Amino acid sequence: MTSPVLVLLDHAADGALRPSAAELVTLARPLAGDGGVLGAWVGDGPGPDALAVLAAHGVAAVHAVRPDADPALSAVTAEAVTAVLGATGAGLVLIPSTFEGKEVAAHLAASTGAGVVTDADGVQLQDGVPVASKTVLAGTWTTRCSVVGAPAVVTVKANAVPAEPVAAPREPVVVEHELTVSPAARRVELVERTERAASDRPDLSGAQVVVVGGRGTEGDFGPIEELADLLGAAVGATRVATDEGWIAKEAQIGQTGVTVTPRLYIGAGVSGAVHHRGGMQAAGTIVAVNSDPDAPIFEIADFGVVGDLFTVLPQATAELRRLLG
Amino acid sequence: MRILVAVKHVPDIQSERSLGPDGRMVRDGGDGTLNELDENAVEAALTLVEEAEDGEVVVLTVGPDDAVDAVRRALQMGADEAVHVVDDAIAGSDAVSTARVLAAAVRRLSEEQPVDLVLTGMAALDGLTSLVPTVLADLLELPALTLATEVMVDETAGTVTVRRELDHAVELLRAPLPAVVSVTDSANEPRYPGFKGIMAARKKAVTTWTLADLGLEPDQVGAAGARTAVVAAAERPAREDRVLVTDGGDAGVRLAAYLVENKLV
Repeated sequence: MTSPVLVLLDHAADGALRPSAAELVTLARPLAGDGGVLGAWVGDGPGPDALAVLAAHGVAAVHAVRPDADPALSAVTAEAVTAVLGATGAGLVLIPSTFEGKEVAAHLAASTGAGVVTDADGVQLQDGVPVASKTVLAGTWTTRCSVVGAPAVVTVKANAVPAEPVAAPREPVVVEHELTVSPAARRVELVERTERAASDRPDLSGAQVVVVGGRGTEGDFGPIEELADLLGAAVGATRVATDEGWIAKEAQIGQTGVTVTPRLYIGAGVSGAVHHRGGMQAAGTIVAVNSDPDAPIFEIADFGVVGDLFTVLPQATAELRRLLG
Repeated sequence: MRILVAVKHVPDIQSERSLGPDGRMVRDGGDGTLNELDENAVEAALTLVEEAEDGEVVVLTVGPDDAVDAVRRALQMGADEAVHVVDDAIAGSDAVSTARVLAAAVRRLSEEQPVDLVLTGMAALDGLTSLVPTVLADLLELPALTLATEVMVDETAGTVTVRRELDHAVELLRAPLPAVVSVTDSANEPRYPGFKGIMAARKKAVTTWTLADLGLEPDQVGAAGARTAVVAAAERPAREDRVLVTDGGDAGVRLAAYLVENKLV
């Protein structure tokens, strides 16, 4: 494939790049042809901090699209990406596998005839055709899907590849586009948007280490949070824990909540119901602490402890604090 | 108010699910069910019609013969009518070609009688792509409001407003009717069909359509119309070197040692 690869650069409203951007650019580098890796930035253009990250990771050009409608609407972002596709001839688009990202991918499928694979954990070229790998059926199967026809759109999970800088960074070219959004994309009106307060902990969906509490915590997330803070980890929860109101709804991991793909997952008082497994089974290493030896999570745990989380977790935290100095 | 609900028949997630040699979901295991997340869409539709004290709920599914069970379940919950699109050529459809069939069926139903709202679940628990609602809306040239945790219809103003909770923000979105809305599993608590509902559902007819009834050509759908193809599928091997310890007082220390030795922290 000689065409460039386009990466949709996810960023916060204040212009801070999300971790997915450097990861997706790293993934795109070996797939890109002569045109290199291109970034699509929708909204007010990237600032110096974002450009420095993109330069360090080898982005050749950033196409900054300023639409005359709210870029928080996925239909608007999809039209912006379509405009960049038209201007650059990119044959493959990588998008972070967030709910918003998958929605942008769906709009692209309908408007450009793109083939879409969601939730990929890798992409390769086979005879010039993009082939995406992914786990399905709650992490019990792995598949490889080819994308027929152009453009190919692949949404990629967090942590699919670690972000790696290039040896020789070069400032990317910034190409500005003004976009007049179609009446169709304007039909949805953003009445109100409330950004969630940023937490000191990493984002659950992109975190390298995740510590999760379930029913067994009986509402006391203290030991979970203490271990998470020591490890710089995100805190997650099961559906039961969020339904009980023990922790905010957005902490829910599972098929209908957040999907996590950390290097290390530690579940405490988590039974491992199939819904939950669907959102975490692709984790690199799974550790489980549960007082019930028959808990299904032990079937998929690399390291399982049958024991009381209120003694095991604090002991592990104290020992780690000692070992890590 | 006339609401269509698109539902899917999927293998029960509690069962042993698998992919065949062609990379397609094995759907003849006999333990298929109405996609659990679509029950929330049916519930949302029934509630809206009940609150408006006027209207009807039509459920629609695309799939092989067994898929009729999904709409039957929705009829038991209280839906008024059902349509099942079944055709051998549909097998192997991806999200886009599935949406194409649904769109043709929605168009035909809208020609018979105008439709105010199309509701779907947030995702199907087999493929789990969550692409179909948005693609369907675009093909129908209707606004798409996805992942609603709350659906509010203002019939006088002719609008639908949804609340949705994303990773980084909470949003209120509004669009003119008709629109396509997908709901999450936090939107409501789906009702359980009672004896009366089950008896009443027996008398409700399920209309069956083929591709020809919808004016679709076989090469627009199924594997022929799909833009993606599964080229390899394998069951994930069991995790090796699994360790299971029962706490005898030092499990926390052993856990810490395991994490450090394996360079996980």
